[in-house]
Amino acid sequence: MGVAIRKTKAELGLADLYQGARRYLPGGEEITAVRAAAFDRFDAVGLPHRRVEAWRYTDLRTQMKEAKRLASLPDDAAKTKAREASNLFAGAGFRKLVIVDGAFVPELSDLADLEPGLTIQPMADALAADQPLLLQRLGPVVPDDDPALALNTALAANGVVILVAPGTALSRPIHVAFVTTNWVATSMFTRSQVNIGAGASATLVESHQGPDGTEYQVNTALQLVVGDEARIDHVKVVTEGNGALHISSLLANIGARATFNQLGFVAGGSLVRNQLFVHIAGEGTVADIRGGSLLAGAQHADTTLAIEHAAENCQSRETFKAVVGDTARAVFQGKITVSPGAQKTDAKMMSRALLLSDEAEADSKPELEIFADDVQCGHGTTTGAIDDELLFYLMARGIPPDEAKALLIQAFIGEIIEGAANESVRAALTEAMLGWLGRRE
Amino acid sequence: MTALLEIKGLHAEIAGGRKIIQGLDLTVNKGEIHAIMGPNGAGKSTLSYVLAGKPGYEITAGEVYLNGEDLLAMEANERAAKGVFLAFQYPLEIPGVATLTFLRAAFNAQRKARGEEELSSPDLIKRVREIAKTLNIDAEMLKRPLNVGFSGGEKKRNETLQMALLQPSLCVLDETDSGLDIDALKVVANGVNALRSGERGMIVITHYQRLLDYIVPDIVHVFAAGRIVRTGGADLARELEATGYGQYQSEAA
Ligand SMILES: Nc1ncnc2c1ncn2[C@@H]1O[C@H](COP(=O)(O)OP(=O)(O)O)[C@@H](O)[C@H]1O
Ligand SMILES: [Mg+2]
Repeated sequence: MGVAIRKTKAELGLADLYQGARRYLPGGEEITAVRAAAFDRFDAVGLPHRRVEAWRYTDLRTQMKEAKRLASLPDDAAKTKAREASNLFAGAGFRKLVIVDGAFVPELSDLADLEPGLTIQPMADALAADQPLLLQRLGPVVPDDDPALALNTALAANGVVILVAPGTALSRPIHVAFVTTNWVATSMFTRSQVNIGAGASATLVESHQGPDGTEYQVNTALQLVVGDEARIDHVKVVTEGNGALHISSLLANIGARATFNQLGFVAGGSLVRNQLFVHIAGEGTVADIRGGSLLAGAQHADTTLAIEHAAENCQSRETFKAVVGDTARAVFQGKITVSPGAQKTDAKMMSRALLLSDEAEADSKPELEIFADDVQCGHGTTTGAIDDELLFYLMARGIPPDEAKALLIQAFIGEIIEGAANESVRAALTEAMLGWLGRRE
Repeated sequence: MTALLEIKGLHAEIAGGRKIIQGLDLTVNKGEIHAIMGPNGAGKSTLSYVLAGKPGYEITAGEVYLNGEDLLAMEANERAAKGVFLAFQYPLEIPGVATLTFLRAAFNAQRKARGEEELSSPDLIKRVREIAKTLNIDAEMLKRPLNVGFSGGEKKRNETLQMALLQPSLCVLDETDSGLDIDALKVVANGVNALRSGERGMIVITHYQRLLDYIVPDIVHVFAAGRIVRTGGADLARELEATGYGQYQSEAA
């Protein structure tokens, strides 16, 4: 329908951001054109709202009141704050790359002794050079018209490009730490690209954190290309400050006989939207996609997954759990599409929510869209409170009710954490979980 | 001398107003083992839950004292710290909580509640392992999530392990023999007998006399329709085995 909707203050603000920044944003002629087209796509539809099916539970048009000004490049004070920021993965020996207020900061990053086959570059440099591998569409599951992604394409200023050459087994995990330091609310658009060459393997951890009490805005995207017979273990941890708006898009394109392990963990932020677009392009690939959210106060966290099985003989498991306290709200939307010809697909999706209060809410919308006949696909959803019988069993052994509940919450979310193959990652996620439980007391 | 447990004129009902315990009097002194025998549905498990502090029961009359303290005023965890232990008829499975983690949490919570020092993990593990050995529980089982995938016998041995670790002053064993073959029964009974002491009292709830061949009680009560209808010595159990509960059910009705 051609009904003109009056633009919101936030939409007008975003247009101002783009108009003001477009001449300075990194990119040659091609990238600049891609940005302009992306902004036009956003501008045509505006911020997503509840009548947009993919965003029906997260009405950004209502919830995003205004666009914050773009973060300026980090000064020495910001870099110091970032250096001193807490690090869940400290001591794990990971190669740490640091993005401060949206900018890649080489002097805070560990760029020494890169393993043979590993290339790391600031995204701003890659954009300036118009590298063709960037900003291209990945596969049919990535919706051209997703407004959040379009905004990211239009405004992404920096991020990181990581290339792992074919056959390279990267034993040292890479940790990309996104740290917001500003006490004044700003917005940050980051875009990263990770290519895991054929037969290569890597563990990639992303963390996103920032100060409490500031309504900063993060829009981050990661393009992930996983070659044939490659393996990626990707973990994303969100411990943003309690005022943060965090929107993230993962665009993964996976080859044949590959292993794709993806784990998302949310224990912070005010409004979080994690969108995962996963395209399995080659046969015989195994994907394990998990998510855990720990929500309290008035938090809202939306995980929206679209996975397309476009090739035969692939297996995927999607497991999502949310612990929801106070008046918080957890949203899970999961869609599995099996393309024509993707026979012997074996896909199972499960989402569970544990509600800790009467006012907590969980919405779950699983969908299967199957165009092949010889497949095994299923999904399930459960929502419930803490089991009184289990609680009594623990209390009957002397464990006080709060501690007993914490144990049951840990047990519930533990299944997600156990999915991480790396022990240091499991320890870090456990620490994030305990931190969350500690803040509730 | 104060009794270990004193139940006076207890009446309890479940949500909806159905009366289950209807005028129960029972005194257990330190060092005594009381057996409570009765037909299915008599309210035996309900009694054990009321003693342990499970929510969902309304106490409409009566009093319960543990060493002179008002037990009914305490939460389940407080009762446990004061020494009440219920060995469940159906121990629950808790996925995601390793048995050892659970034991450590329970042990240290009780110590903390009593103002005692917590035990370090290595010391606790050592203590658990020693007890586990006497109950034929292998170390692997302690790492598994609590009771998940355990056989009936394993669950009951695990209950006995918890009891031995926590050293309660009042043990309430609800149908500890159900689901056990004779070998498992002997292992569990040995574990329970090892806890017999002049400082401890036990209530052994059972439907069958068999268990009482292995855990020999000092006093046997017949429990029907929510109260004790007869009390006698260990030989009463054998008599019941021969005659059944028929007469008591009609008597109570
Ligand atoms: N939570 C409950 N809800 C409804 N009925 C119950 C509940 N607990 C016990 N009952 C009923 O109360 C009666 C006593 O049960 P229970 O104490 O389990 O008996 P016993 O252990 O002697 O077999 C039974 O008729 C049982 O069905
Ligand atoms: Mg019973």
